[in-house]
Amino acid sequence: MTTAETESVESFRARARAWLADTMPRLDENAPLPVLGDDDHEWVRARELQKTLYAGGFAGICFPREYGGLGLSRAHQRAFTEETAGYEMPVQLNIPTFSIVAATILDMGTEEQKRERISAAIRGDEVFCQFLSEPSGGSDLAGLLTRAELDGDTWILNGQKTWSTSAYAADWGLCLARTNWDVPKHRGLTMFLVPTVAPGLHMNRVKMVNGSREFCEEFFTDVQLPASAVVGEVNDGWAVASRQLFHERNAVGGGSPFVSGLAGRPRALGGQSPFTVAKATGRAAEPGVRERVGEWVALETVKNQMVARVSRAIGTGTLPAPGAALLRLFHAEAAQRSTDLAMDVAGAQIAAGVGTEEGIAGRAGVSYLSRQGASLGGGSSEMARNQISERLLSMPREQSNDRDIPFNQVKRGRS
Amino acid sequence: MELELTADQKLFQASARSLLEKDHSLDRLRRLEVGEPAWDRDSWQRGAELGWAATIVPEELGGGSVSGEGVRDLTLLAEELGSVVAPGPFLPVNVVLAGLVAAHGTGPDHTGTIEALASGEQIATWAVYEPGDQWSPDAARVTATPTGGGWRLDGTKDRVESGSEADLLLVTATTPEGLAQFLVPTAAEGVAVSPQWALDLSRPLAEVRLDSVVVDAGAVVGTPATTAEVLERQLQIALLIQCAEICGGLDKMFALTVQWGFDRYSFGRPLASYQALKHRFADMRTWLEACHATTQAAAEAVQAGSPDAAELVSVAKSFVAERAQWILQDCVQLHGGIGVTWEHDLHLYLRRATSDRALYGTPEDHRRRLADLSSL
Ligand SMILES: Cc1cc2nc3c(=O)[nH]c(=O)nc-3n(C[C@H](O)[C@H](O)[C@H](O)COP(=O)(O)OP(=O)(O)OC[C@H]3O[C@@H](n4cnc5c(N)ncnc54)[C@H](O)[C@@H]3O)c2cc1C
Ligand SMILES: Cc1cc2nc3c(=O)[nH]c(=O)nc-3n(C[C@H](O)[C@H](O)[C@H](O)COP(=O)(O)OP(=O)(O)OC[C@H]3O[C@@H](n4cnc5c(N)ncnc54)[C@H](O)[C@@H]3O)c2cc1C
Repeated sequence: MTTAETESVESFRARARAWLADTMPRLDENAPLPVLGDDDHEWVRARELQKTLYAGGFAGICFPREYGGLGLSRAHQRAFTEETAGYEMPVQLNIPTFSIVAATILDMGTEEQKRERISAAIRGDEVFCQFLSEPSGGSDLAGLLTRAELDGDTWILNGQKTWSTSAYAADWGLCLARTNWDVPKHRGLTMFLVPTVAPGLHMNRVKMVNGSREFCEEFFTDVQLPASAVVGEVNDGWAVASRQLFHERNAVGGGSPFVSGLAGRPRALGGQSPFTVAKATGRAAEPGVRERVGEWVALETVKNQMVARVSRAIGTGTLPAPGAALLRLFHAEAAQRSTDLAMDVAGAQIAAGVGTEEGIAGRAGVSYLSRQGASLGGGSSEMARNQISERLLSMPREQSNDRDIPFNQVKRGRS
Repeated sequence: MELELTADQKLFQASARSLLEKDHSLDRLRRLEVGEPAWDRDSWQRGAELGWAATIVPEELGGGSVSGEGVRDLTLLAEELGSVVAPGPFLPVNVVLAGLVAAHGTGPDHTGTIEALASGEQIATWAVYEPGDQWSPDAARVTATPTGGGWRLDGTKDRVESGSEADLLLVTATTPEGLAQFLVPTAAEGVAVSPQWALDLSRPLAEVRLDSVVVDAGAVVGTPATTAEVLERQLQIALLIQCAEICGGLDKMFALTVQWGFDRYSFGRPLASYQALKHRFADMRTWLEACHATTQAAAEAVQAGSPDAAELVSVAKSFVAERAQWILQDCVQLHGGIGVTWEHDLHLYLRRATSDRALYGTPEDHRRRLADLSSL
């Protein structure tokens, strides 16, 4: 499509507004808080909503047309997201399905993978997850131990992944595995697209401190994959993973163009803002409480302003891609400060619920318990700080004792 | 800093930079004797010739901006001045101009004053604080009492920037009908200006006593109906200048500290090789980006006169002023002992940032304002 044929943002917005009003269900602000740990129906719902978006011609706004998207700009997406305020949206699909996995397939996948997987996600037929972290470590991703070996034309996958968010609700996972043990760690990895229902893949759900069960762990026992499952080149999986980590930092930081509707997942995080807590606890008139709510308003605003600025700077090349780590780091700081402020505002009420229900103050308490999730999920804040200091400020890199050493000779653990 | 500047803006920036290099040095600031003025009228005049008091004044009133977006040019300039802690009445003159331009056409005519301020011929400042008070412009205790054809002003203002150097004061006072603003010459009978100790070496402050000062009806700025709006405009411009000059200073001090991290060694390694310090540099780099992001967003909103401008300047002030302290104190820490000496430049920036934090509303004041502006 040439620029001349592209619908203007304002016309797109007007059309979206009318369509949303006619078609999408309104959010019910008075609906009871959903129960953490039991969200299967939300995933069914998300697929339905995505199908509705697709049928209406409002799905995959920034994905290319040949892969089922609309091929429109960030500005179109932003306008659409603004218009969705107050409507139910399939926000569960934003991270990681669209903004991380589909974005990585778009950059690095084969033509067939792009045509089949991306369009299926846009249609609401498929959900994706990430099989990256392992029990032995997530920060040192390239040091992973899951192995894939070629048997004729078939790859045989063995090993274990963990902390994979919402994998139980997904159809495919991007799985990084070691395919050569005789070379240094980054050079012996390959990325695969793995069906979550593949024979030999066993999945458990892991309960988190806030009661959610969105974490999963997977055991791979002789899982067979065709050659067409490889994303990118064999033994060049690190190039794919690097793109994926970029998209992840960008998505978690709030800078992805593939997020539609509000990026957050208020349900999973408890979503009790200092503002809501101030109202619920009847403390809104206290000056100290008002100061804290004001601080929260400011931080949320600055976070969005930061996303706009850094995304634009990365887009124009003013900042290199590792600049996404700025968003990643700031997101964690803002999220954690918000949790802390909500706890302050709840004051004495955080320890108890309303009758046998946790209530809004109790939810703030639960949210506080999983506070550190914000600086771990999507790569830790420490790793973001390494990126910023080493890649943006060109400071000396951390010592690593596995550089240029064949992976099978690298020390793992104390023994 | 804006991400992309036009050629005209770059030229404007370069002209400011080269004048500052000629007229100003941190060393001079550091060596000021008690009572010695931090700047002189000639140097302000040279700045005004480059448009330092013209950006937010319409052309027909003697102003003009290079990009056609005066508030953004003002912000750009504030960053340049802030990056060298430049002395001079840049903030007070532009704040008064903001008020006079906002009120233009609604009350007595001040075209002559606007032109004289824009050209650098005259200097004006906002007399808004009163002794012992926190930021509370709505609660002025200075009174203005109607006399036959004019007004009589009584009371005391303090923290009046460049009060001793100014020709005119924009006095915020309480009248029987509510708040109003008056342009009062410092030479008027009954005005007593005395210097006040100031934390920021580059920004002289003064206490101003008004003892039965009589002004005519033409001294009023705006009308009772417009005063609130005009005050808000003055505040917005003051906050933007503060945030932008802090950003300019932070850029400079952060770059200096990064360089120090590479150059300074301990245990046979550069400081920049220690993860404990790298992580602090990373935090500072992130906050710095966020300071620019929020200042720029506020400038765009004020430029556009958008309805959320009041909110966005308070967001920016509350955030930038606080993070500036975090960043600058950490820069001191990473410098080691040299960072707490008079000879080092850091304290000059820390003084400016601390003074900016305090004036025109602290972060706490602006957070409460944000709560008021939200529906809490
Ligand atoms: C909410 C949430 C969702 C997640 N979703 C997924 C998912 O969908 N798929 C997936 O594959 N993974 C997922 N993860 C896992 C996540 O990517 C890892 O938790 C993260 O990368 C850290 O790895 P780890 O837990 O093994 O900790 P480790 O890597 O063992 O790190 C432990 C601590 O040491 C620090 N550390 C480690 N190395 C360094 C270093 N070189 N310098 C400084 N500090 C260091 C880390 O920052 C951390 O604080 C998720 C995690 C969370 C919390
Ligand atoms: C108020 C005051 C009083 C003093 N009194 C005396 C005195 O009476 N006699 C005297 O001899 N000295 C005195 N000192 C000097 C003081 O001991 C030094 O300032 C201090 O040891 C730091 O050394 P430095 O200033 O050279 O900074 P540097 O050693 O250059 O350190 C600069 C920064 O890098 C950090 N850093 C350095 N190495 C590492 C590392 N390996 N890992 C992590 N971070 C690192 C430091 O913590 C610091 O933040 C005084 C200093 C002050 C501020």
